[in-house]
Amino acid sequence: MAEKTTPAGTPLIDMRNISIAFGGIRAVDDASIDLFPGEVVALLGHNGAGKSTLIKILSGAYKRDAGQIFVNGEEASISNPRDAKKYGIETIYQTLALADNVDAAANLFLGRELMTGWGTLDDVAMEAEARKVMGRLNPRFQRFKEPVVKLSGGQRQSVAIARAILFNARILIMDEPTAALGPQETAQVGELVRQLKADGIGIFLISHDIHDVFELADRVCVMKNGQVVGTARTSDVTQDEVLGMIILGKCPPGAIPGPGALKIAA
Amino acid sequence: MTDTASNTPVANATADRARAAELSAVGRFLKATELDTRMLGMVGALLVIWIGIHILSGGLFLTPRNLWNLSVQTSSVAIMATGMVLVIVMRNIDLSVGSVEGVIGMIMGVAQAEFLVRVIGFQLGNPWLWIIALAAGVALGLLIGAFQGFIIAYMEVPAFIVTLGGLLVWRGMAWLITSGRTVAPLDATFQLMGGGPRGSIGATASWIVGVVACAAVAFALLNGRSQRKRFNFPLRPVWAETFLGLVACAAILGAVWVANSYPWPVGIVRQYAQQNGITIPEGGLFIAHGIAIPVLMAVAVGIIMTFITRRTRFGRYVFAIGGNPEAAELAGINTRWVTMKVFMIMGVLAAISAAISSARLNASTNALGTLDELLVIAAAVIGGTSLAGGSGTVLGAMLGALLMQSLQSGMVLLGIDSPLQSIVVGAVLVVAVWLDTVYRKRV
Repeated sequence: MAEKTTPAGTPLIDMRNISIAFGGIRAVDDASIDLFPGEVVALLGHNGAGKSTLIKILSGAYKRDAGQIFVNGEEASISNPRDAKKYGIETIYQTLALADNVDAAANLFLGRELMTGWGTLDDVAMEAEARKVMGRLNPRFQRFKEPVVKLSGGQRQSVAIARAILFNARILIMDEPTAALGPQETAQVGELVRQLKADGIGIFLISHDIHDVFELADRVCVMKNGQVVGTARTSDVTQDEVLGMIILGKCPPGAIPGPGALKIAA
Repeated sequence: MTDTASNTPVANATADRARAAELSAVGRFLKATELDTRMLGMVGALLVIWIGIHILSGGLFLTPRNLWNLSVQTSSVAIMATGMVLVIVMRNIDLSVGSVEGVIGMIMGVAQAEFLVRVIGFQLGNPWLWIIALAAGVALGLLIGAFQGFIIAYMEVPAFIVTLGGLLVWRGMAWLITSGRTVAPLDATFQLMGGGPRGSIGATASWIVGVVACAAVAFALLNGRSQRKRFNFPLRPVWAETFLGLVACAAILGAVWVANSYPWPVGIVRQYAQQNGITIPEGGLFIAHGIAIPVLMAVAVGIIMTFITRRTRFGRYVFAIGGNPEAAELAGINTRWVTMKVFMIMGVLAAISAAISSARLNASTNALGTLDELLVIAAAVIGGTSLAGGSGTVLGAMLGALLMQSLQSGMVLLGIDSPLQSIVVGAVLVVAVWLDTVYRKRV
C-alpha cells in the first residue's frame, strides 16, 4: 500500500518533523510532507490548522523551531525569503504581498532588479520582461505604468503569479491562489498549474475548494491542529473521505496516517 | 444589443476610443506630455503666491534681488526636505533634524574657529580649516543618523520617539559644547557656502551652468526616447517632447538670467575695485551675483537624491517598503538595513544644511536650526509626500520648501507681524494637505 501512495525517486522537497510554536501555541507540530517533480500536492485543513504556517517555513517567512528541510535530497538551510528563492522556491501569498504603490514591473522584480552596466535600475528592460510574462498570463493586461493598487483583483493576482514564475521556479507554493478570482480567471490559473506541472515544477497548493483540489492535485495532505492527519493520492480517496479527514481527523484506508490521525481504540 | 455584448473586447476597445475622444484638449495635452498634475498644481500655487505678494507689496517681490535672496533662504530647508521625503515614504518621521543641524553647526564652528587653530596650531585662513571642519560635520551627521537609525531599525523603538529624544538631546549637546557661547567669525572660505556677493559664482559661470543644464535636459529626453524605442514601447509625441524640453530650458535660463540681474551692492563693488585696481566708470560698475553657492549645493543635492530615489535599487526598496513593509520583507529585502541607511542620509543632509546656515550667519550658535524640523516636514508634506508612506518626490519637497519660504519672506515684505505669519503658515500647511487628500480621492 505504502509504495503505491508515494511516487518513486528523490523528492524535490522533503520537510521532516517540522515544529514551530508561537507563544506556547504549537502552530505546526512534528509535521512531515514531501513533493516530487511535476507533482501537485494540496494542503487542506481548517483555518488555523497550520497549513499556511508550514508553508511559510518553507518559503523562509518563519523560522522553524525543529525539523529538517531537504531540497533534492540535500539538507537546505532556509532562514529567510532570500534563502528560499536561492533554492528555486517561489511563493504566491494569500495576501499577494505586492507593494501597492509601485508598478507591475517593479513588483515582478522586487528584490531581484535588473541593473544596467552603470549599476542603475534598468526599468526599460524590466518592463520588457514584464510585458512578456504578463502577455503569457493575461494577454489583455496593458496597465504597466500604473501602481498595482489601481489594478483589479484578478490583475493583481496575475502580477503575483507572474512574479513567482518569472525566475524559473522549481518549487511553487500557491496559498489560496484563486480566492480573489472569478470563474474565468480561476480556470486560467488551473490551466497554468497544468502547464507548470508539465514543465516538471512541483507545486504546493493551499485551497479551501475541495473540487479545485481534486481537479488539480495528485496528492492531498490534510492538517488539523498543527499536525498531519494523513496523506493520500487523490485517486485513492473520495471527496467525502477527505472531508472526514479535515473535520474529524479520521484517516481513511486509502491514506497514510500521520501523527495527527484520530486514534481509534482498536 | 444585450448587456453581455458590452463585455467583448471589441466593444471595450470602441468604448476606450470613445472615451479618449471625449478627453478635453487639456486632458490630451496632459496625457501626451505625461506631466504630473499634482506637480503642475504646486507650480500654479507658487505662481499665484508670487504674483499675489508682488501686487500686494507694490512690486517688491518679483525683483532679481528678492528672488535671489529667496533662493538662498530656501536652500537649507530644501536640502533637508529631500531626505525627509525618504524618511516619510518609509512611514517614519525625523523630528531631530533641526537639533542635529544645531549640534553639527556648533561642532563645525568650534573646529574651524577654535580647536584646529588653538589646539592643533593651524594658521587662520589655512584651506584645510574649512575642509576638515566640513568633513567632520558630515561624518558626525552620518554617525548621528546611523545611531538613531540603528535604534529605530534594529532595537525597534518607534522613529517618532527616538527622534523626539534626539530633538532634546542634540539641542542640549549644542549648548553644552560651548556652554551657550556663540562662535564667530568663521573661516573665510567656509563662509562662501552661505551665499552673499562672494559666495556666488558670477555671471559667466552661471551662464555656463545654465547651458550645461539645458544640454543635460535634452540628453535625458533623447536618451529616454531611444531606450523606449529599443523595446518598442509607446512613445510620447515629438511635439510633447520638444515642448517639455523647451519649457525646462526656459525655466533654467530664466533663473540664471534673474540671478545675473542682481548686482553687487555699491560698497562691495567699490572695495573690490580698489583691491583689483579697477577704476569705476561713470554710472557705476555692474557686477552680477550669479547663482549663489548654497543654491548650487541644493540643486546638486536635489539631483543626487532624485537619482537615488528613481534609479537605484536602494531607492526602489525605500518606496516598496513604504508601500507594503511585509511584501518587501517577503521579497527578500533587508528592511532594517534600508531603514538605517535612510536615517544616515538624513544625518548627512542635516550636516550640509548646518554648513550653509552657519556660513550664512557667519557664526555658530546653539539655536541654529531651531524649529527647522517642522519646516522640513511641512515642506515635504506640502510637496506631496504622503504621511501614510509610499509616495513622494524629491522635486515636490524642494518646491514645497520654496513655497513655504516664499510665503514667509513675502509676509516679511508686506510687514505682517510674526505671530500672524505663524498663523498663516500653519493654516497653509493644513489646507495644502487637505487639498492633496481631496486630489488623491478623485484620481
